[in-house]
Amino acid sequence: MTPDRPSVRSLVQAPKIAARGDIIEIRAIIAHRMETGFRHTERGERIARDIIRRFECRYNGVEIFSADLHPAIAANPLISFHTVATESGRLQCRWIGDNGLLVNNEVEIVVS
Amino acid sequence: MKSKRRRFISASAAGLALVAVDRLHASPDRAQAALRAITRGAAPEEKRVELDIPPLVENGNLVVLNVRVQSPMTANDFVKTIYIVAEGNPLPNVITAHFTPRAGKAALSTRVRLSESQRVWAIAETNKGTFYSGQASTIVTLAACTEER
Repeated sequence: MTPDRPSVRSLVQAPKIAARGDIIEIRAIIAHRMETGFRHTERGERIARDIIRRFECRYNGVEIFSADLHPAIAANPLISFHTVATESGRLQCRWIGDNGLLVNNEVEIVVS
Repeated sequence: MKSKRRRFISASAAGLALVAVDRLHASPDRAQAALRAITRGAAPEEKRVELDIPPLVENGNLVVLNVRVQSPMTANDFVKTIYIVAEGNPLPNVITAHFTPRAGKAALSTRVRLSESQRVWAIAETNKGTFYSGQASTIVTLAACTEER
């Protein structure tokens, strides 16, 4: 595993506070060109694929959602999904991609 | 050792197959093959899945896609996976999202690329192995993946 790259701009948004049992929306976004591998340069050379292949989200260490991404995901991927607020703690999201890309984001949530 | 080598050989063969099909744009036939691979041959019922993409898209590089599946999302009855398949893209698979009952609702929003006017499918697989599907068609004015640099 390569170390995290804090230089890659990415963000996770979730409510800071929620009532127990609420269904909350989590939005994760990352700045990434998602080069498909189907494009060519003016000289006809194929531009190598460079995409994010996987997204995972853990809630206090337990995986609650994940996704496998293909080149048809637009540049600067955005993924929005939901979870039931069960307890206070951390939402940890991770992007994994070509060329050793590994980016982690986390946010805290207070559940009452 | 042997099984490892076998796995490698079959993986290589799959890789070669991918390279071969990669030269063509997807046809509805290939998308149907992708759908059959997902459902393992079963015919999904066309209900419970709401797939929402704009009917007219100016730029195929950025198409907002929302999908929602009716499901109680309890431990005994939940949507395990949602697959998005684009009939006219060079690779039909777009995204595969994995859910747990803790999701609360089986819904996903993202932004996709569409290489031409086409039909997009959403397939939902429940924990019981039942498949449901929904579809949406769109007209794309400016296609994705045509530009050069």
